Amino acid sequence: MEMNRKNRLVIGLVAVSAILLGKIFYIQIVNDKYKKDASNNSMVYNYVYPPRGVIYDRNGEILVGNEVCYDISVTPRDVRPFDTLALAAALDTTADFIRERMAYYELYRTRIGYQTLSFIKHITPENYIKFAEEAYRFPGFKAEVRSVRQYPFNAGGNLLGYISEVDADFIKEHPDYRSGDYVGKTGLEAAMEDKLRGVKGYHIYLRDSRNRLQSPYKDGEEDKPAEPGRDVVSTIDAHLQQYGQRLMEGKVGSVVAIEPSTGEILAMVSSPGIDVDVLSDIGKHYAEIARNPRKPMFNRTVMASYPPGSVFKLINGLIGLQEGVLVPSDSYPCNHGFPYGGNRRLGCHGHASPLNLLSAIATSCNGYFCYVFRNILDNRRYGSTAAAFDRWREYVLSFGFGRKLGSDFPSELGGNIPTSAFYNKVYGEGRWRFQTVISLSIGQGEIGATPLQIANLAATMANRGYYYIPHIVKDSEGVEIDPKYKERQYTLVDTTHFKTCVEGMYMAVNGGGSAGGTAFSARIPGLDVCGKTGTAQNPHGKDNSVFICFAPKDNPKIAVAAYVENAGFGATWALPVASLMLEKYINGEISSERKYLEDRLLTTRFF
Amino acid sequence: MATLETGSFDRGLGKTVDWRLVGCYLALVLIGWLNIYASIHSAEPGSIFSWSVRSGKQAIWIATAVVLDVLILFVVNPRLWEVISPYAYVAVFFLLVLVIFVSKDVKGSHSWFELGPVKFQPAEISKITTSLLLAMVMSKPNFRLANRKHFLYVALIIGMPMLAILGESETGSALVYVGFLFVLYREGLSGWWIALLGLAILLFILTLVTKWWISVAVMFALCAGYYLQLLHHSRREQRNLRRRMFWRCVMAFLAGVVLVFATDFIFNNVLQDHQRSRIEVLLGMKEDPAGVGYNVRQSMIAIGSGGLFGKGYLQGTQTTYGFVPEQSTDFIFCTVGEEWGFLGCLTVILLYVFMIWRILNDADRSREAFTRIYGFCLAACLFMHLFINIGMTIGLMPVIGIPLPLLSYGGSSLWAFSVMIFIFIALDRQEKKYF
Repeated sequence: MEMNRKNRLVIGLVAVSAILLGKIFYIQIVNDKYKKDASNNSMVYNYVYPPRGVIYDRNGEILVGNEVCYDISVTPRDVRPFDTLALAAALDTTADFIRERMAYYELYRTRIGYQTLSFIKHITPENYIKFAEEAYRFPGFKAEVRSVRQYPFNAGGNLLGYISEVDADFIKEHPDYRSGDYVGKTGLEAAMEDKLRGVKGYHIYLRDSRNRLQSPYKDGEEDKPAEPGRDVVSTIDAHLQQYGQRLMEGKVGSVVAIEPSTGEILAMVSSPGIDVDVLSDIGKHYAEIARNPRKPMFNRTVMASYPPGSVFKLINGLIGLQEGVLVPSDSYPCNHGFPYGGNRRLGCHGHASPLNLLSAIATSCNGYFCYVFRNILDNRRYGSTAAAFDRWREYVLSFGFGRKLGSDFPSELGGNIPTSAFYNKVYGEGRWRFQTVISLSIGQGEIGATPLQIANLAATMANRGYYYIPHIVKDSEGVEIDPKYKERQYTLVDTTHFKTCVEGMYMAVNGGGSAGGTAFSARIPGLDVCGKTGTAQNPHGKDNSVFICFAPKDNPKIAVAAYVENAGFGATWALPVASLMLEKYINGEISSERKYLEDRLLTTRFF
Repeated sequence: MATLETGSFDRGLGKTVDWRLVGCYLALVLIGWLNIYASIHSAEPGSIFSWSVRSGKQAIWIATAVVLDVLILFVVNPRLWEVISPYAYVAVFFLLVLVIFVSKDVKGSHSWFELGPVKFQPAEISKITTSLLLAMVMSKPNFRLANRKHFLYVALIIGMPMLAILGESETGSALVYVGFLFVLYREGLSGWWIALLGLAILLFILTLVTKWWISVAVMFALCAGYYLQLLHHSRREQRNLRRRMFWRCVMAFLAGVVLVFATDFIFNNVLQDHQRSRIEVLLGMKEDPAGVGYNVRQSMIAIGSGGLFGKGYLQGTQTTYGFVPEQSTDFIFCTVGEEWGFLGCLTVILLYVFMIWRILNDADRSREAFTRIYGFCLAACLFMHLFINIGMTIGLMPVIGIPLPLLSYGGSSLWAFSVMIFIFIALDRQEKKYF
């Protein structure tokens, strides 16, 4: 092509057109920012919130349901002068409140623009009817129907958990939630959030530049219906749970009941707890609950780490038997305790001496288990105390202590079982022996266990050597639990040894006063109850009271652990709680000769 | 030979009329009409022929414009345009000045005559008369652009209506007159003028967005660089050339420095507030998505959301629901972009480019200087409108209100461009008829 002036101009024309087309190509095809802006501009997603799933107990009672409530929203731009007093009367609020809100909207009118804002939340159905009748007098105000949680059963706020509106931090971490969504924060609501939540639906509308809705987008083709949340069946027995809560009223502690043959948690009481009455509107009461010195929010059943006390003797006995350093007929003397060097003595209470393993379990003899623990740690097979200790620790961990059990209940903690490395660090390598850690023999010292782990021990005893991971949700239509909850978790101890120790537990309850059984008041006529008391020393005050039990002895239906803080002997407080729960669950009612226990519990309050 | 003498030799319509140009014209007008309907079409669609709305009115404008086209092509003797050009120019210039004093204020500008229901804008016609007079004067056999007196004539012909239109506060329409520079270039003006103009605009922008000394440094580097490369490529004997170029470079540098220091003054004191803020938004010096930046932002959202194939005719969400202002007039291209996508934009732009290229070719081939110069004037006007208008909708140019030729709603604009294009087609036909 000849480079004359016309052709130069043509080249310029083509170049300029190419620049225009290049920029158009960039904004239309390369950069998708404008597409997003366009949908933000013109598409309005009207969300349809699905009803949250209902939570049932194991017998089909509704633990958590839904009820309808009404919110009032306002579009300040559409508000016309109205009768403030009439609106205040309809909404059961004050005229001052309304005036204050209207002044606020006026002040920020440019920022608010055409937005619709929440005006009052949770008005009663009566107020809603009043408002609806007169709504024509209040242009710009609109009632919106929402569903809120409702709790027909007082089954405990810590167990059920609460839901609350997501905040900005939460949305940042969970991009599939949007402002205005609710999420389960604790308990069952949090554990089953993905099932209960359902799927939000929406209608897409087109709006014009002045935020007036114009028409459904593509005639609703792209709309999505809401999918209701799935119902969840909990393993909880609502009546048992409620009974446990009543027994624990005024006491600090926990009760956990497990069905040994499945690992299903029947009851899970943390006291003091959150009352279900405040659950649906927890935001209003949150500060008050958080201020309570007894920490109702703290779910003791899975989070508190207590020394397990004498119930732990069972484990030491089992380990001794399995390791071959103890046979059931071994007798050891105990004269008010176990001397362990110098003038030191680990004290014990009065009982027959010398005694064998079964009696030692039945009477909860401290001295006997010091001998057992000595035998375990001084076992020549392992060469050193530290190696023997590590072996001991392996056994303990196989019972589910010192680690998270893996329950489906959220915020579970693992308690603590020290390692030999820990003692090496404290005392120096090779500079500690069984005397140094002798408290461990009776479940004291550096051991921490959650009530759930202690209850799991009861279930393991009931099963004679294995447990199912405790869990709170049952299989139901549309909800399938993790198969791990259906697998037996074997301990490292053989079933025969368990049988021996269970005999000891049986004697503790049914041996009669002559045998010195510590748990004789847990005896229920016609029911073979096995139990073990514990009194855990507590550096912060009075001893903690512990009791584990299960019944019947053969084919056990329920295993219970109760832990009452600062209540003294295990036999005095934890025992009646656990054994009453057991009786209530199996027999459905409390026999007349044991009514006095129930009365005493229901009338005694420590705070 | 005999037939030529009698003047009855006619190669027929098929050979003489540039039907491709006519085709482009009709296609663009039709696209415009469809898009005007789309841009006013809302959730409740009315008929495209409904007389009360813009698409119906545009149909009338199109019909009358086609009648005008036919008259110009077949009835009016093309020689007439050359003859009446001085009178038409003077008359229109009179109207341009008159309108400043008698018109109502429409968004700050005084450019519309209102005679009852009829409204018209003399600035639109002035493009035609200026082109005609320019073609007439420059096609005189003894015209020399290098002659200072002749150059002054040309400058006056272009500058006077431009100033009058600036006086009407129609900056966009005035800016179109800058395009006549390309015509002068074709007719022998040094290309340096266009380069200098481009350089001046770049310097202006550079000074606005960076520091003044950066602009001075760039200017210095350009001048020094040019002179050094001249030294390198010239021989020692060309001393005169070297000396002349040295002084030119010094002058250019000094002019540049003056411009740099005048930038602030021009920007803050000469430009009006809205012009200043539009430039600030374009250069990203200011964010104002709700105010001045609103138009461009919405326009870019509308076009950008179109994607490759667009959302389909009448399916645009941005343009249908009035997010883009001035949508059937200055921002008609948004509708094309949103509903027809990149392919639609490509089609429309290619139609324009083809049309302008065709006009340039026909004009350049023409044996009559009048036809040639007029054709270049027409091409320049079309190009300036195209570039400014589309550049504005996609954020390459500040918001300058001028219509997209043939597509935008409006009788004045459609008529003016129709007349202007068909005068050229008629002139071109005349050429092909007799040569």
